[in-house]
Amino acid sequence: MKHRGYYGDFGGAFLPEILIPTFDELVSTFDSAKADPGFRNQYETLMAQYSGRPTPLTFAANLTRHFDGAKIYIKREDLNHTGAHKANNVMGQGLLVKKMGKTRVIAETGAGQHGVACATMAAKFGFDCTIYMGEKDVMRQRPNVFWMEQLGATVVPVTDGTKILKDAINQAFRDWVTHMDTTHYVLGTACGPHPFPEMVAWFQSIIGIEARQQILDLESRLPDRVYACVGGGSNALGLFAGFLDDPVELVGVEAGGKGIDTGFHAARLSSTDAGAGIAQGYKTYFLQDDDGQMKETHSISAGLDYVGVSPILAHMHETGTARFESATDAEVVDALKLTMKNEGIIPALESAHAFAGAFREAPTLSRDQIIIINQSGRGDKDIFTVADALNDPEWKTFIQTKAAQYHA
Amino acid sequence: MLESYIRDKHKKKDLLLMTHIVMGYPSFDDSHAMVKHMVAAGVDLMELQIPFSEPMADGPVILKANQKALEQGATVAKCLAFAKDVAARYPIPFLFMTYANIPYRFGMAAFAKTTADIGLTGAIVPDLPMEEGAEYLQAMEKNHLSPIQMFSPSTSDARMAQIASIASGFIYCLARKGVTGAQTDLSDDLAQYLARCRKAASVPLAVGFGIKDRADMDFLAGRADIAVIGSETIRMMERGGVAAVRDFIQGLSRSA
Ligand SMILES: Cc1ncc(COP(=O)(O)O)c(C=O)c1O
Repeated sequence: MKHRGYYGDFGGAFLPEILIPTFDELVSTFDSAKADPGFRNQYETLMAQYSGRPTPLTFAANLTRHFDGAKIYIKREDLNHTGAHKANNVMGQGLLVKKMGKTRVIAETGAGQHGVACATMAAKFGFDCTIYMGEKDVMRQRPNVFWMEQLGATVVPVTDGTKILKDAINQAFRDWVTHMDTTHYVLGTACGPHPFPEMVAWFQSIIGIEARQQILDLESRLPDRVYACVGGGSNALGLFAGFLDDPVELVGVEAGGKGIDTGFHAARLSSTDAGAGIAQGYKTYFLQDDDGQMKETHSISAGLDYVGVSPILAHMHETGTARFESATDAEVVDALKLTMKNEGIIPALESAHAFAGAFREAPTLSRDQIIIINQSGRGDKDIFTVADALNDPEWKTFIQTKAAQYHA
Repeated sequence: MLESYIRDKHKKKDLLLMTHIVMGYPSFDDSHAMVKHMVAAGVDLMELQIPFSEPMADGPVILKANQKALEQGATVAKCLAFAKDVAARYPIPFLFMTYANIPYRFGMAAFAKTTADIGLTGAIVPDLPMEEGAEYLQAMEKNHLSPIQMFSPSTSDARMAQIASIASGFIYCLARKGVTGAQTDLSDDLAQYLARCRKAASVPLAVGFGIKDRADMDFLAGRADIAVIGSETIRMMERGGVAAVRDFIQGLSRSA
């Protein structure tokens, strides 16, 4: 193992000794795949045939008219198989697992999208699969738990710590240090020890590479700004990857929760509450106290409810390569409602953060400017959370009736 | 200096004993009682864990202890004060055990200096492999402290040699894969692995992860220099209080 995987001061591989050979193998497998054009072809073919790629770039005519500012395009990662960008990463890592000859995969999940994608990949490739999910997320994302189990995965609710995404990651690592001979840990975002940030971003770059070509085909010009929500940072890095060498402003939108001032949020780069730290095998900005203990985060969306952030984004933040904003739970619900009513599109609560951030700025731009919003996933999974947020009386009656039927 | 202490003790005992506590679990008073009884029962070295919210290498027992200690208000400052107190009172070497973020946030240089000032002899930081540890290793060396290095059964011979070249005090050999607290099979594999460790390193060897009874101690004597007991004493305390821990340690400790 060498000192590697740094983006400025962030990243690295803070690994327990037992995992060093496992990471050496992963790094060399990924490096040789990356250097092999045949592998990228194989990956893109798989994504075309299994996941319906390329995903469309949809012109949002009604939202554009509504805000009367920039032209709004939506990159439709919700139309991937399993309903989110998570499939891009999972299928790619699945191909690497086959190369390494391992037979079991494990993963953490927050929103459950990564867990479902991973369980799907495991079913297709014939791997055993265990998914770790914080108990709090099990409660708020029940439909995804149901599907993971139907797909053949074992879902383990994690009751330690804050019972959300970061705790699921710790638990997955604990499994891995015991079973690494047969098992690959399919980390779901561009975080964790090297090579995960680079590897996940490399698979997700399919989003931005497609989007760039699509906007050139449609408009014969590049967008002015692109927006993505930021949990761990994988869909944002995927979109940004298409525009790194272009004069395009890259905007990441984090979870503002109940508002930055309340402390109940998950804004690591867009608030001043986070500081550099080392945890979960890498160095980045973490929401932590002065001692270095991780804080509890808050977001209406399980997928953005995370204390750390991709070291690649931390570096982009420091160098000003990307700009980071936040959107509150309330703004996100409004953005979701507006998008559903105007475009007939249901973004995931995570993705709705990108919409909220873009909606704030669209009216300030001129009609000849163009923005792209990454719709990282579809909102069906959030039906319980959104129904609660909208306080929908008929939904409540339905749930009560259904519960009464189960009692009978 | 840690190494010479171990070698001296080793002349009188065929296997030394190192135990572990999580500072502040279940309270600092209990932690103190644990140290007192462990020392009286013949423990030769102790790890004092500064609790961390994300103890990735720890199994359920120590994980829960970390969490509870933090919930009850254990801070780094309180742990440092506690460590200073026990290091002054009891005549055995104490080492910090913690995760990288704690010294990183404290400042590596300041952490090493404080560790030395309060009379500890070194530290064990399982998520700081030597590739990432340049600043830490330098700060520890400057303060004449031992930054304890680790071997695992998956560590190659070549890497063992590299690690051994920067080792000081002793090397902590993980007896098996996995996290703290689970059972370890004492097998030919383990014996072969320990022989490999012995060949690679000139400093003493400590063996930890899953050591819990006399039979384990008998197996290790002659193959390693220090047995490490971690989760088992926490389990004992939870079941039978500090007195149970004392009896347990007394039963394990090798006669001088
Ligand atoms: C739909 C969706 N979008 C975004 C995210 C956030 O992850 P990332 O920042 O890695 O894209 C998640 C994570 O679960 C998700 O399910």
